[in-house]
Amino acid sequence: MNIAVLQFPGSNCDQDAFHLFASGLQLPTRMVWHKDTALGDADLVVVPGGFSYGDYLRCGAIARFSPVMRAVRDFAERGGLVLGICNGFQILCEAGLLPGALIRNTSLEYRCLTCDLAVADAGPAFNPGRLGARVRLPIGHGEGNYRIDQAGLAALEARGQILLRYVDNPNGALADIAGIRNEEGNVFGMMPHPDRAFERFHPSTDGTRVARAVLAARFPEFARPSA
Amino acid sequence: MSRQPLPPNPDPRLDQPITPDLVRRHGLRPEEYEQVCGHLGRVPSLTELGIFSVMWSEHCSYKNTRPLLRGFPTEKQGATEHFGKVLVKAGEENAGIIDVGDGWAIAFKIESHNHPSAIEPFEGAATGVGGIIRDIFTMGARPVLLTNSLRFGELESPTTRRLLRGVVAGIAHYGNCVGVPTVAGDVYFDRCYEGNPLVNALCLGTLRHDQIRRGAARGVGNPVFYVGAATGRDGLGGAAFASKELSAESAADRPAVQKGDPFMEKLLIEACLEMMAVPGLVVGIQDMGAAGLTCATCETASRGGSGIEIELDQVPQREGGMNSYEIMLSESQERMLVIVQKGREAEIERIFAKWDLHAAHVGVVTDTGRMVVRQHGVTVADIPAGALTDQAPLYQREARRPAYLDATAAWTPAELPDLDLDGAAAALPRLLSHPTIASKRWIYRQYDHMVQHGTVLIPGSDAGVVRLRLGDREKFIAISNDCNGRYCYLNPKRGAQIALVEGLRNLVCAGARPLAMTDNLNFGNPYKPENFYQLKECVAGLAEACRFFDVPVVGGNVSLYNESPEGAIDPTPTVSVVGFIEREAHVTSQYAPRAGLKLLLLGGWPHELGGSQYLGVLHGLKTGDAPAVDLEAERRLQHLLLGQIQAGHVAAAHDLSEGGLLVAASEMLFGAPGVGAILELGGLKPARLDALLFGESQGRVIVAVTPADEPAVMFAAGLAGVAAEGLGRVTADPRLAVNTAAGAIVWDVAHLRQGWETSIETAMKRPGLG
Repeated sequence: MNIAVLQFPGSNCDQDAFHLFASGLQLPTRMVWHKDTALGDADLVVVPGGFSYGDYLRCGAIARFSPVMRAVRDFAERGGLVLGICNGFQILCEAGLLPGALIRNTSLEYRCLTCDLAVADAGPAFNPGRLGARVRLPIGHGEGNYRIDQAGLAALEARGQILLRYVDNPNGALADIAGIRNEEGNVFGMMPHPDRAFERFHPSTDGTRVARAVLAARFPEFARPSA
Repeated sequence: MSRQPLPPNPDPRLDQPITPDLVRRHGLRPEEYEQVCGHLGRVPSLTELGIFSVMWSEHCSYKNTRPLLRGFPTEKQGATEHFGKVLVKAGEENAGIIDVGDGWAIAFKIESHNHPSAIEPFEGAATGVGGIIRDIFTMGARPVLLTNSLRFGELESPTTRRLLRGVVAGIAHYGNCVGVPTVAGDVYFDRCYEGNPLVNALCLGTLRHDQIRRGAARGVGNPVFYVGAATGRDGLGGAAFASKELSAESAADRPAVQKGDPFMEKLLIEACLEMMAVPGLVVGIQDMGAAGLTCATCETASRGGSGIEIELDQVPQREGGMNSYEIMLSESQERMLVIVQKGREAEIERIFAKWDLHAAHVGVVTDTGRMVVRQHGVTVADIPAGALTDQAPLYQREARRPAYLDATAAWTPAELPDLDLDGAAAALPRLLSHPTIASKRWIYRQYDHMVQHGTVLIPGSDAGVVRLRLGDREKFIAISNDCNGRYCYLNPKRGAQIALVEGLRNLVCAGARPLAMTDNLNFGNPYKPENFYQLKECVAGLAEACRFFDVPVVGGNVSLYNESPEGAIDPTPTVSVVGFIEREAHVTSQYAPRAGLKLLLLGGWPHELGGSQYLGVLHGLKTGDAPAVDLEAERRLQHLLLGQIQAGHVAAAHDLSEGGLLVAASEMLFGAPGVGAILELGGLKPARLDALLFGESQGRVIVAVTPADEPAVMFAAGLAGVAAEGLGRVTADPRLAVNTAAGAIVWDVAHLRQGWETSIETAMKRPGLG
């Protein structure tokens, strides 16, 4: 197992994502610089949170042009697992690897708090049967208001692509959407931070379980409940 | 006057004779100008006059406060060989450094950005955060947490709401983007800060002992590099601007407020830390903060006992046609000066190219003791570096006890009717929803307080607690900011001591042993003897208390001239203390976790009303004497409490501060859902009910303990000579009931919590001005 965490200029949750997998899941994890053109041997690519390129123009709009993103696109097209967290989710939407867009919170303010999330039935990895009906994860974003057109929403619902919904919507997201996957089921994006929910003193350790759920989409051994 | 004047400046606009009016407009007194001429041996050029004006401003020179600050202890007496020792002392460098054992250390410091925030709240506060972060990573430390200490006028004022909204958004903008969590803070609202808000920001970083870097230029011939953002015309003379009173014309100083770019700062942090990790590459490093390139060059030369020559043509510039005055006085943000080991220039250039940042070779270290600046081949400034730093003027100002103190000290509560039960029932929700006491959730939910995944106690408890990842070790620290300006107004010496002892108490409540402090002295114009009296008394009180508790001062900041046309602010010596938590299991919050716990009051029943929020909120009074401080009793209390926490006997601890006993008890119920409490005060015959319930006597803590642990705590308190009273118990009935000799008062906890949690949010829904 080999986890690759991307680093863009302005990434600031790269270490958090690193430790989620390296410490929380005890998996071999390494960093990949945004100017690199190849990912190397990777089983999961994590696009971490932060403010890539200072969020200039639009969140994620510049990062999608980084050299490494071409490699990520090829990797995803070959069925490789990709997880975008927070700014990583925004980047994946900008890159066209996930549908929809994330705009300013309706409050027009940044929000940092811990949210209860309903687990939607999104296939074998993400379903209430495995993760439980609810998870509790922190959020920290100013632009987490998920938008998609009616047809797109209907498609997400119909194909079971919605992973997580806010119980108490903090940002105005359409249909309370907090996280989605692509149609093929190998690219995941979420605004909540599993990388802030894996240590004893965190608000929960559900981040570890969510990370395992992502890995289980490709690697069935992670579907087993962790010790 | 023996030296030849400098050749004409390349910019003819700068080539003008120095008139008394020019000197005055640069904030220099005629006698100071004479000293400038004496240091130079000639008349200064306009560029040089500008350089002296910023370096001799209070902000850079501490000319009115340095003699006072010498009273602070800067070393820890009881430090063990490897723990708590001061590795870099206050005043030596950009920030002080404390040993936390195992070869690791922490660097921390607080700094103000009050004046810029008054004029341009968003950018002023944002760049305040940026500046203090640079002070930390310039020491070689990785920034791991931020806190801030804010003061505003009353929220009824639309101007205050505009300022609060802007300041909070500015701090959030910068801190969130740069990826350093804001884990604690304190905010007060009082009319005295109307028009002159206080914005003090603290940063703490971690580093190994062998990573400590100095801001000194050493090694003749070593190249001097400029790294980071390009220089523009923003923030011209900001340090001088910060050293005068705010007035109606201050808005015209808006160009003196800098504009920050946290993205650039984030890149700069990573590039600098990468560069400093290379052994032997960096000889010295200093950020360009107040007084920009000027300060960075003359301070590094002065500290290194060397000289520096720089060539302005090599300085990256954002716009064309900038002259030497503008480049030297610009306070453009996110810039650093680095002295590199000669012959290794390519290494630093490679690192900065990786991060797509400027790294320009702008000068060289010399042995002349002078700071020499050239532009277009012409010398535009040539000044002995020491004249700008160590030899800056020093003043002992006149102090006069303010006349108002006679009246306030003589006040007694006898003129006020005591509360009856109905009055007390109404007073508690009013106090809890006063913005000074109310939850600051509206503020801290806009700050990323969880990035870096080390936050253990989020903002809102007595202290912020953070897990530090130090190599393959973990350590836990607590941090708290405190200062009640009302107390300092009523009794400057005592008020300042309360700021420290309350901070220490907050740390102990969180399970931490205090290590060290940094302070931000916010006062009015020191040329007014009454203001200087307040400053002198506060510093004396603080120094005495620091020595008593063996808490060294590792650095800080002085912000004077905090006045608006209505007068000076209340003296506000903000104190930030850092403590060490030996084990994760010792981390304790203020929230009673479950029903069935006993509540004990340590320190005795409160009985003083002077300076209380109760007097302010219910009676519109700021009078009386500040509550008494008994340093010995405080030490006994804190020693007892820390011991009991470490023994595992304490489920929650919360100190009595603004709002007194009932506010503290209520706040303990705002964590776990569904809990309430019964307080048994029926056996007491207080002289005044209001003083018992809402008085702010110091040195008091409520602890929640299991019935099984209660005897051990009571026994230990008896041994320690600390008064311990049975206060009541935590229940599963979500009401707060207080039984007094005159009858019972009952509140619905959800109702109390609602007012406490939403009061600032509700106020902020009303429009602010512009």
